[in-house]
Amino acid sequence: MSKYPSLLVAWALAIVIATPTLAGKKLGLGREATPQEVAAWDIDVRPDGLGLPKGKGTVAQGEEIFQAQCAVCHGEFGEGKDRWPAIAGGLGSLKNDRPDKTVGSFWPYPTIVFDYVRRAMPFGNAQSLSPDELYALTAYILFLNDVTKDPKLELNEGNLAKVKMPNAATFHDDDREKTEKSFWNKQPCMKDCKKTVEVLGRARVLDVTPESKTAPRVD
Amino acid sequence: MADLTDDRAIRRGRLTSRRHFLAAGAAGLVAAGSSSVDAQSAKKPIVANPKNQPPNVPDWSKVLGDGVAAHPYGKPSKYEAHVVRRDVEWLTASRESSVSFTPLHELDGIITPNGLCFERHHGGIAQINPLDHRLMINGLVDKPLLFTMDDIKRFPRVNRICFLECAANSGMEWRGAQLNGCQFTHGMVHNVMYTGVPLKLVLEEAGLKPNAKWLLLEGADSAGMTRSLPLEKALKDTLLAFKMNGEALREEQGYPLRVVVPGWEGNLWVKWLRRIKVGDQPWHTREETSKYTDLLADGRSRRFTYFMDAKSVVTNPSPQAPLRYKGANVLSGIAWSGRGTIQRVDVSLDGGRNWRTARIDGPVLEASLTRFYVEFDWNGQELMIQSRAMDSTGYVQPTRADLRKVRGVNSIYHNNGIQTWLVRANGETENVEVS
Ligand code: HEC
Repeated sequence: MSKYPSLLVAWALAIVIATPTLAGKKLGLGREATPQEVAAWDIDVRPDGLGLPKGKGTVAQGEEIFQAQCAVCHGEFGEGKDRWPAIAGGLGSLKNDRPDKTVGSFWPYPTIVFDYVRRAMPFGNAQSLSPDELYALTAYILFLNDVTKDPKLELNEGNLAKVKMPNAATFHDDDREKTEKSFWNKQPCMKDCKKTVEVLGRARVLDVTPESKTAPRVD
Repeated sequence: MADLTDDRAIRRGRLTSRRHFLAAGAAGLVAAGSSSVDAQSAKKPIVANPKNQPPNVPDWSKVLGDGVAAHPYGKPSKYEAHVVRRDVEWLTASRESSVSFTPLHELDGIITPNGLCFERHHGGIAQINPLDHRLMINGLVDKPLLFTMDDIKRFPRVNRICFLECAANSGMEWRGAQLNGCQFTHGMVHNVMYTGVPLKLVLEEAGLKPNAKWLLLEGADSAGMTRSLPLEKALKDTLLAFKMNGEALREEQGYPLRVVVPGWEGNLWVKWLRRIKVGDQPWHTREETSKYTDLLADGRSRRFTYFMDAKSVVTNPSPQAPLRYKGANVLSGIAWSGRGTIQRVDVSLDGGRNWRTARIDGPVLEASLTRFYVEFDWNGQELMIQSRAMDSTGYVQPTRADLRKVRGVNSIYHNNGIQTWLVRANGETENVEVS
């Protein structure tokens, strides 16, 4: 008998080993999480508002918290201090040569502000804000971005998800397989592919690798 | 932090701290001028000593060396102290939300050593006691579950070698050549053998409801990193990994538990995994809206751009590893594709006019780095070195110009365009953009 079938068998066995399945049989690993445990960790919020906790907060309340806990990095108006990120401004700039992507100019859903600040801000003291503080901060950040012009706005679990963001409609799913189809199935050129080659730019003249034009320094 | 490619950050950064990058950027130039090792980490430059060379007999051939366990956990030779991750300090506002880069030009083969795997954190490195670590599964499941690390390790286990590339790798290069060194232009990729358990088995343990379609993956770090993952991918080949290259995950890679999403952008590979929520739609988290979406020239943005397309880079020569000898030389590089295996890599020495097919050596695996070589003679002529990867789906790595035609220059992520290194007559090598 040829070696071929036995090799095939070995290969098939290897595949079986490589992707174990349990055919629906449970191993009985882990234990049931209690409702309290789930509630304490289950902090995500979806664009349709699913996951928003009970609470409320106004623009004015948000301003107070923001100036005390956020402005040191993000600036008094959300413009971003030093190299810390800006979180306001840039409306209508997305087609510019230098777009300014912020909550107001770029983010598609208002709930993301709540969800993200809740889990990650203030930087270095995450998960420290109460639902009321989070509604207030979200209201203030939307106000800073002119998403709402109402200085009396109060956000709560009923109305936050309904706020419309200016850039919401511009996101679309990955379409590379269509829009970049020409990158597939090409017989790439191997010989005399272009007549001349010119250097259009160098890393050093752009001065982003600082001082590399001058003598190298090692410290 | 600002985006790594955020021009405002770059402009502001230029005015402030440059020291760190300077030291790193200068390394290649120092090496070009002498045979010394970059002195940033090794304080004194290391020089050759003829007394150790034939016909003399060096000391190390005469006296006893260290005994066993002089270093219970071994380290590289002191002569390799320059082989380290580096960061570009002025790119970001804080080290806790920043990136350090893999020194690709110092590595060979396909496996990245654990201590050299690039880092990207959004809230610093969580230091987690594995005895206290819990993985929660909740949402659209029959029974919400909590797992200890010991529970996870009792599931059937698999091993898989895959690359992890940050979607922002090469993101600084959209507008043209920016950073001098493949460590900085391409160093947000690493390739590791993971040991872990198929996510499918862990989900089955909780029991998926019929309307389950998406997962939310959540980290236990202070960024509470969250990404939505289509259930299909989770069931296909996603792993929950606890070992890398045979040993426990490094803390900076998500110890004790991280997600492995073969071929898909690195941000999805949530580290310090603490929770998986099952749902019927994506969450549109900040990391898949504000970040990791691709802004096109017309102002629209692509989202959920998961696949890392075929890409390659020549790691030697490169700005930090210039050519030093005329005559016989080895050109070396890496290629990878998130859509399949690497089928072929072509290399050009004349800026893309003529190409030759490189020799691939070592394992060729799906969604893994693949190593290629071209042996060539150099007589001191100027070279414009490029490489072009092709994958098993027929995708051919595009030029930067072709990419810009579809994407503009502000998409930050997924820059897999062809890289050019200019080698001058003295061997010095520079990052350039060519026509
Ligand atoms: C110590 C500086 C600091 C403080 C204080 C701070 N932040 Fe941040 N913030 C950051 C950094 C750094 C990031 C980016 C983190 C990353 O890389 O993922 C960020 C990101 C953000 C973002 C998302 C920006 C974007 O474009 O994706 C929002 C919104 C935000 N912060 C809101 C707040 C709020 C509200 C507070 C106060 C409760 C606050 N921040 C306090 C540093 C800070």
